[in-house]
Amino acid sequence: MTSETSSSGPTSMAARVSGAQHRLLAFSGLIALVVGFSIASPNFLQTGNIITILQATSVNGVLAIAATIVIISGGIDLSVGTLMTFCAVVAGVLMTYLGLPMIIGVPGALLAGVACGGFSGFLIAKLKIPPFIATLGMMLVYRGLSLAICGAKPIYFNGTPGFSQISTGSLIGTVLPMVPVPNGVLILFGVAFIAGFVLRRTVLGRFTFAMGSNEEALRLSGVNIDRWKIAIYAVAGGVCAVAGILLASRINSAQPAIGQGYELDAIAAVVIGGTSLSGGRGTMLGTMVGALIISVVANGLRILSVPQEWQIVVTGAIIILAVYLDILRRRGAA
Amino acid sequence: MGTLVEMSGIEKAFPGVRALRDARFELASGEVHALMGENGAGKSTLMKILAGIYAPDAGRIVVDGREVRLASPRAAQAAGIGIIHQELNLMPHLTAAQNIFIGREPKQFGGLLLDEPKLNADAAEIFAQMNLQLDPRTVVGGLTIARQQLVEIAKALSFRSKVLIMDEPTAALNDAEVSDLFAIIERLKAAGTGIVYISHKLDELKRISDRVTVMRDGEYVGTVPAATTPTDTIISMMVGRTLDAEKTNVPDHARSDIVLEVTGLNRGSEIRDVGFTLRRGEILGFAGLMGAGRTEVARAVFGADPLESGEIRVHGKLVSIRKPLDAVRAGIGYLSEDRKQFGLIVGMDVRNNVALASIARFTGVGGILKEDAMKTVATGYIAQLAIKTPSDSQEVRLLSGGNQQKIVIAKWLLRDCDILIFDEPTRGIDVGAKSEIYKLLNKLAAEGKAIIVISSELPEVLRISHRIAVMCEGRLTGFLGADASQEQIMQLATMRGAKTASQPDGRETLQ
Repeated sequence: MTSETSSSGPTSMAARVSGAQHRLLAFSGLIALVVGFSIASPNFLQTGNIITILQATSVNGVLAIAATIVIISGGIDLSVGTLMTFCAVVAGVLMTYLGLPMIIGVPGALLAGVACGGFSGFLIAKLKIPPFIATLGMMLVYRGLSLAICGAKPIYFNGTPGFSQISTGSLIGTVLPMVPVPNGVLILFGVAFIAGFVLRRTVLGRFTFAMGSNEEALRLSGVNIDRWKIAIYAVAGGVCAVAGILLASRINSAQPAIGQGYELDAIAAVVIGGTSLSGGRGTMLGTMVGALIISVVANGLRILSVPQEWQIVVTGAIIILAVYLDILRRRGAA
Repeated sequence: MGTLVEMSGIEKAFPGVRALRDARFELASGEVHALMGENGAGKSTLMKILAGIYAPDAGRIVVDGREVRLASPRAAQAAGIGIIHQELNLMPHLTAAQNIFIGREPKQFGGLLLDEPKLNADAAEIFAQMNLQLDPRTVVGGLTIARQQLVEIAKALSFRSKVLIMDEPTAALNDAEVSDLFAIIERLKAAGTGIVYISHKLDELKRISDRVTVMRDGEYVGTVPAATTPTDTIISMMVGRTLDAEKTNVPDHARSDIVLEVTGLNRGSEIRDVGFTLRRGEILGFAGLMGAGRTEVARAVFGADPLESGEIRVHGKLVSIRKPLDAVRAGIGYLSEDRKQFGLIVGMDVRNNVALASIARFTGVGGILKEDAMKTVATGYIAQLAIKTPSDSQEVRLLSGGNQQKIVIAKWLLRDCDILIFDEPTRGIDVGAKSEIYKLLNKLAAEGKAIIVISSELPEVLRISHRIAVMCEGRLTGFLGADASQEQIMQLATMRGAKTASQPDGRETLQ
């Protein structure tokens, strides 16, 4: 990971320093976890295990990127997990049921994600349904649709042999056989980099921060809030579709029953990464660190043979700790 | 009729403002004592001190012959002082009785359970005292504002208040409800309660109060009997100060183009048949008391709030303004009185706030922002408007009020707005920066911008306006020239239920 994936809002030096402090804190936490697990188990810091961790982060990391964008704008998206699944199902329908090539199947799934996200944005911007409710409803809608389309059975991508390569193949591995980093991880970092760039350097990103910071002032500046809000949710939906393709390609199937619960992991990564749930503040780098912390904890505890139930407890405790540290930091800044 | 409350030598300063200087007030039992003054005269601050909400910096408060320290609202309640705020503080989902005794509920079974029957009986007893027909079990949210206000009064009485402070109690009431309220006030008065009555409505004060105390600029002006003192005398006591600076020359706009023409603007009781014109290079001041509808008109013209009817013409062309974007496209910029909430994104830097309304011109291929161009423009405005900031990447929350105001001005100048609506342009801005803002307004007008300034400070309106529109209760009650006096403005600003003023250019708007 490089500092290029960082994207801070347009803020002053003072805020940037304290924002950087939180990211530093999260980052040091990540390092501490890695060091701790390495000492506790010699198996942890193996190349194979590191790649497993990164591979495991890829889907949740991409979902967390989608969640970050929406949360910075002052909203929330609970439908990221089931939308991801729905997009995977769409890919399955296009490629397996209809036998279309990947060149149509993948963009088709992405388009579905953008359209679905845009629809959530429409509900929120035009019909004024609170984001929490609108996306809670859509979460169930996508879940139901996925199950209905598949008849509750997974769709396998056996007819599209190249599809699993999207996530599990390794471009880097063909060049450097020593580090067979799967493409899924490259895609995660690629999406994070692009999302960071969009947030920091484009109008969409600027308005995302401005909306989360003071929506009324933005409206009174003559900005078409509704349109930009729809755009923000549409972009987030597109990113969810990327996660859906990554997941489907990794397990070479679209599993209609999974996805619910992923939104909580994604939001957890965002919060651990220092993005404010009240909007207007947040970074892509922080979210990446947050997503990695969740995977490292899960992986490390598994290697130490800690039962899975306890992994969940630890993740919950980390979320509370991260938010408390954020509150302490803000109290110090005020 | 004994003296109930005596306040003397009260001093209170807030950061940057001396709100009260040697303020005085006296209340007898069984008296309705009106407290009057312009916006910001210190009436509410003085009464909040009496209600234990603010602590005075200096001064003596004597209640019932004993000097007291009212350190908290609870202490004031214990001393028998209750306040009914302009904004009602009720919980809409609870019943009237639950609201009245919130935090003091009667208990039973050793404090384990609430004693609901006693709660309702106690409330019913207070209502009976007030001669109020209301079931204590009624959910407050379903009551009219007037009845909610009566619940507030009942709540104040439940503390066995001997002193009742009412801040603009009739602001939201219709005439019948006002009469009901006055009947209850008479009843309380007969029972020996002392009532402090804050209101802008002179005719009401005449009806209900025994004495009037006038305050100005945080100081005590005088106390007069309500019945025998002419209204004019009270008004001149309220405005009595002289202008603090010389007036600028008023250019002749008779031949300038009409830039903005508003006719028949209506929305409920807030905006009633408002119409006016604004010419190129003109500064039109909007005067009036709090709640007269000036901000409502400005926000409606800007499309921030909806309208029921009305036409807006910009440069003679009828425009449909339904959202701020429409107004901005027509060249109208609105500078809110609450800059931090409505004007600026305080967590963002100067550069982005300046560019906010004109982002399209800084957008390149793929929506990528041209930061260099934004920087150049922002730096230009920092120099042109003399904005004091270390750089264009300073977060605006770290700047002073005057500089924040200039950033909002820069935002609209950059957007090529030729109609600028300033709502309380110098609120929260210190004296030195104020005259700088005045100069800037004059300069903008001289450059051909058409400007509307809403201000609650009469000297400010008189100093900067070329022409003055006065509002009262949603109506335009008159237009005055730049040579108007404060008394003339106050007359129009308190002209309740009057017919709407005729347009200066001859067209009569019917009432």
